[in-house]
Amino acid sequence: MKIKSQKDFFAGVMFTVVGVAFAWGATTYNVGSGARMGPGYFPLMLGIVMAIIGLVIMFTGLSVETATGDPIGKWAWKQVVFILGANLAFGVLLGGLPSFGIPAMGLIIAIYALVIIAAQAGSKHALPSVLALATVLAIGSYIAFIWALKLQIQVWPTFITG
Amino acid sequence: MDLIHNLSVGFGVAFTFTNLLYCLIGCILGTLIGVLPGIGPVATIAMLLPATYALPPVSALIMLAGIYYGAQYGGSTTAILVNLPGESSSVVTVIDGHQMAKRGRAGPALAAAGLGSFFAGCVGTLILAGFAPPLTELAFKFGPAEYFSLMILGLIGAVVLASGSLLKAVAMIVLGLLLGLVGTDVNSGVARFSFDIPELTDGIGFVAIAMGVFGYGEIIANLAQPEEEREVFTAKVTGLFPTKEDFKNMVPAVLRGTALGSSLGILPGGGALLAAFAAYTIEKKTKLKPGEIPFGKGNIRGVAAPESANNAGAQTSFIPLLTLGIPPNAVMALMVGAMTIHNIQPGPQVMTSNPELFWGLIASMWIGNAMLVILNLPLIGMWIKLLSVPYRFLFPSIVLFCAIGVYSTNNNTFDIWMVGAFGFIGYLFYKLGCEPAPLLLGFILGPMMEENLRRALLLSRGDWSVFVTRPISMGLLAAAVLLLVIVLLPAVKSKREEAFVEE
Repeated sequence: MKIKSQKDFFAGVMFTVVGVAFAWGATTYNVGSGARMGPGYFPLMLGIVMAIIGLVIMFTGLSVETATGDPIGKWAWKQVVFILGANLAFGVLLGGLPSFGIPAMGLIIAIYALVIIAAQAGSKHALPSVLALATVLAIGSYIAFIWALKLQIQVWPTFITG
Repeated sequence: MDLIHNLSVGFGVAFTFTNLLYCLIGCILGTLIGVLPGIGPVATIAMLLPATYALPPVSALIMLAGIYYGAQYGGSTTAILVNLPGESSSVVTVIDGHQMAKRGRAGPALAAAGLGSFFAGCVGTLILAGFAPPLTELAFKFGPAEYFSLMILGLIGAVVLASGSLLKAVAMIVLGLLLGLVGTDVNSGVARFSFDIPELTDGIGFVAIAMGVFGYGEIIANLAQPEEEREVFTAKVTGLFPTKEDFKNMVPAVLRGTALGSSLGILPGGGALLAAFAAYTIEKKTKLKPGEIPFGKGNIRGVAAPESANNAGAQTSFIPLLTLGIPPNAVMALMVGAMTIHNIQPGPQVMTSNPELFWGLIASMWIGNAMLVILNLPLIGMWIKLLSVPYRFLFPSIVLFCAIGVYSTNNNTFDIWMVGAFGFIGYLFYKLGCEPAPLLLGFILGPMMEENLRRALLLSRGDWSVFVTRPISMGLLAAAVLLLVIVLLPAVKSKREEAFVEE
């Protein structure tokens, strides 16, 4: 059987799998009856509904003719890795990872790391302009979040402030 | 008169220095993100939610509302000058607006959009003020069965009016509902789907989902597209004022757009985007006067009508939120989040328990619309300059604000991991052609729906017929079924697809 719309077919697969997973998870809780619903009742119902809809979407992806085959196309792995990597680095540097023995480095260093890593996802990223942007954002964030809004965020590394 | 008394209370609240200031900040931010393509009101409001902790609730809501309707003004500027919709609701403005700019009539086009929006905004606010009290009365008659049916109608409405595949949108809603159930069940105390992660027993952070899917997901999708040179309209905008002839064409279009936008905004699932589409379609159907420029070549009606409609829709979509507590679109879902942060339960009781908040918000919309006309017409040069900020400076900033914003909601790095995960999921949705807005609606409504279903069935001792034997509930469900049937009729179905292909 040939897939006629890749997007629909795989979206259907996704919904079915997630629906089944939720429904299966719901059965581990007390399901109860209509009059006395347990915590598993509503999620079980929704999970089944979603799995069925997923199957229908999968089926349309196999049966309904499309002009181009609705290809999913190439995945932008470079962008995914750098954007999400920047986010990850920001979290690690800002809060530290006590379980891995990584100390918190504070907001300013985290901002530089985030901007430099995120910029790699774009097509043009000359280092001087990226650093300039990071500096502007660091100063701006300090003024907006720490000084004006008084958010409780660690600004400098622990070993400097103690 | 009650209305006048209420409004004077509202203006009393809105005219304090702080609230005027936050209204202005909201309008400026709204215009800013409206002008900048690639960032919309959903992501912006999500970013700012944590920052509103520190504000009094009235000021917070005034600011967030300003962002939403401000974005409708700003979006048209980009559409007209750069041939790019700054906001999704300005998609149709591009068609005629940019043609006008190319013919050296950017000024009148901007004025038509601005003045039309202002008029529509004022009417929309008036309707909101007039309709809210009677609807609230009705809402007090609602029991759990009615609320459940109303939410079904709202969700079906959201799906029917959304673009793209109907089935996928329904699936996204169900997924949203399920994600909304993650966390501790209020009745039994069981932590559901939390995988023994302590942070998840409080549920998935609303801000993390909104920012991940709408912020990160869209940035990745934007960056993955091949870069194209933006055609920036650098010529000076001269002759802002429309001619007499323009006014003659504009006025009826503005009136039609306003009427259509106001009514579509109230509908569940409606709001700015749908209103703009419908208004443009109607203008196109009306006959051209002799000597009038055809549509698609720079007809001023093609700018005035959709711009009035999207602004009217943006105002009236507050009605279901403020009276029934049901958000009709993704932005309103975020407003629910903002209200709950401040311990305000959205719904009919808001008007009686927090009258200053309710009427203050409405009054601020008038003031905000007036500010926006000033911000957008005389100061247009400033916004044009902003258009030359390249995306490579913008997107790292957006990533940063998302990350800081989500961290500050709980001061916990766990939320940063969550926003990253949802960023990937958002990109996955984009790749699979699944629209994320219904997911957000479902996420907000999930716990509410479960609770009302549970109560309704508890009262009826497990008898499901309660939903069809109570007249209001029956009527709401019938309306939902009717909506679905209409959309699935072959004739309407092909028209609907046609309408959304035009984008």
